[in-house]
Amino acid sequence: MRYKIAELLNKSVIKIVLAIVLGFLVGAIALILAGYDPIASYSMMITSIFSSPQNMVQVLILTMPNILTGLSVAFAFKTGLFNIGGEGQYLVGCMAAVIVGGELKMPPVINIIVIMLVAILAGGLYGALAGLLKAKFGIHEVITTIMLNWIALYFNNYLISVPGIGVKNTQYSIAIKQNAWTNILSNWKTSSSGKAYLASHHTLATILLGTDINYGLIIAIAAAIFIWFLLYKTTFGYQVRAVGLNKEAAEFAGIGVNKNIIMTMFVAGGLAGLAGALQMAGSAPHALSTLATEPGYGFNGITVALMANSAPIGCIFTAFLLSGLQFGGSTMQMNLGTPSEVVNIMIGVIVFFVAVASMFTMLSEKIKKRRVKNAD
Amino acid sequence: MLTSILLAISITLMYSAPLIFAGLGGVISENAGVVNIGIEGMMTIGAFAGAAVGYFTANPWLGFLAGGLAGGMLALIHAVACISFRADQTISGVAINFLGPGLALFLSRKLFQGGTTTKPVPNQLPSFHGNYVTIPIVLLFVLIMWFVLYKTSVGLRIRAVGENPAAADTLGINVYKVKYLSVFTSGVLSGFGGAAMTLAVVSNFTPSTISGQGFIALAAVIFGKWKPHGTMCACLLFGFAQALVVILGGSNSIIQIPSSILSMLPYVLTLIILVAFVGKSTAPKADGIPYVKGQ
Repeated sequence: MRYKIAELLNKSVIKIVLAIVLGFLVGAIALILAGYDPIASYSMMITSIFSSPQNMVQVLILTMPNILTGLSVAFAFKTGLFNIGGEGQYLVGCMAAVIVGGELKMPPVINIIVIMLVAILAGGLYGALAGLLKAKFGIHEVITTIMLNWIALYFNNYLISVPGIGVKNTQYSIAIKQNAWTNILSNWKTSSSGKAYLASHHTLATILLGTDINYGLIIAIAAAIFIWFLLYKTTFGYQVRAVGLNKEAAEFAGIGVNKNIIMTMFVAGGLAGLAGALQMAGSAPHALSTLATEPGYGFNGITVALMANSAPIGCIFTAFLLSGLQFGGSTMQMNLGTPSEVVNIMIGVIVFFVAVASMFTMLSEKIKKRRVKNAD
Repeated sequence: MLTSILLAISITLMYSAPLIFAGLGGVISENAGVVNIGIEGMMTIGAFAGAAVGYFTANPWLGFLAGGLAGGMLALIHAVACISFRADQTISGVAINFLGPGLALFLSRKLFQGGTTTKPVPNQLPSFHGNYVTIPIVLLFVLIMWFVLYKTSVGLRIRAVGENPAAADTLGINVYKVKYLSVFTSGVLSGFGGAAMTLAVVSNFTPSTISGQGFIALAAVIFGKWKPHGTMCACLLFGFAQALVVILGGSNSIIQIPSSILSMLPYVLTLIILVAFVGKSTAPKADGIPYVKGQ
């Protein structure tokens, strides 16, 4: 029995589940200490997600960028790189998408494909820059990507002041042309026949008109499957993982480590850039806006990847979990006044316990040792 | 002309002080072999605690001390993870960077009627012609840190633990104790750095008060070759970049540059300096590697 517990503690899935449970536990303690009711707060957090179809759709919309930035961090992790630059790469993707999608006239379908490709390229190059700085100059990617995040944020704000890209006297840029939007039935729902139909179908109307429901999530899930394929079924993925497991051995086996670092960061940046493009194409106002702080999707990606143990398919589920927590956290604040930042505390605790996952291994070893002693 | 030069120096020093505090925090932690990516989070909680205690007690000194203590407490969490549980130090640091702002904003909403910004403190730290007292304090700290690290046996122990913990252990140095104390001190200093923002540079805490200063301080540690005086010089350079943002951003400045382009300056400068200098500096040998007794 004890041996079984020890074995269980050593499983990575169990470690992550324990980390999540501890996150909720510490969050509850923080709530109690601050004088809030943790049970009421948590149940509000969870029930609000499922309380209406509209809310469920909102969580799914939030999930899309989190899957992609999660994949971005997870992919870089596989080669031993820590991509904290998702914020910047996401923003660069947004900027590229809005410039191309707002300025150029293109036929439908082709336009969204071009927008996505340009955003992937832009985000990818921005990520590759951090990879280059690491490979060529040995500068830690954590520092460079953080600096690049702030540079991207201020560049975003600068673009809004540029005539032709920014809309005069507003906090917004020009919007992506409507025929490139990824919203489901975006033309039909505003047409007269659509309006007439939706007037008699209330639930459908709240989803189609009350949310920015879009195809982005499907593309994000496809991307997760593609990244899984890339990592485990191709030579490139094999090389990425080899460098992550043992740099020296990989070098010895003839894998170009430096080239690999840059390529990996390109893919990681491209994923975050794609998140930017899909967000711009899928959610109102379909334009850039002046930012005071980072939008947060890049940092969400870190949590998503860590919770998923860097498994691409796992990112889909952990992104959903995180988005649910964040959505639930904001409704909890609206309805009960409980600070939504408790979610950030929970996320911090979860990441912390993923970092000290070795604690569970040590515990498992201790339990096993005791068993041996008892056997003697 | 002279007044504008004096103004530039004054603003440079004002923005450098928080960076130097945090940079010193990075120096002591990394010299003891623990990478501290969490400085940013420790600065944030320090900035909040400084502003909140400064507001409620009307005493900026109590606020300053509270900032240091708050940073130190957060650092202990990092220490437990990195030293006792051999955690991945980068990931633990990232967790600290979630926890710091999370706790700060959570407490802010609780204490300031649901707001994420604190009310302005009634009294800032004392200043002389716009030069805050944090500047001489931090310069004194640089001197003390340099003296302790290079002229005392305590400093020798800290550096020994960062360079070769196994050898230090055989000499009877308590490696874990030295690491714990260094990381705690690192947090206190980072907390001071945060409080030096909210009690001198500005007078309240907002979610964007600490926006990358912790990471700039880390870059300064690398640029300063992991030495207190070197780190100070690097921080002064970054402080100057921030002063330029303020001076050139003024409406009556000679050249008109869009403010958002100017705001990039400190971050771009950090990257350029890292590219130019990083290859020539080397970290303490056992930096970032967890120490396991008897291995």
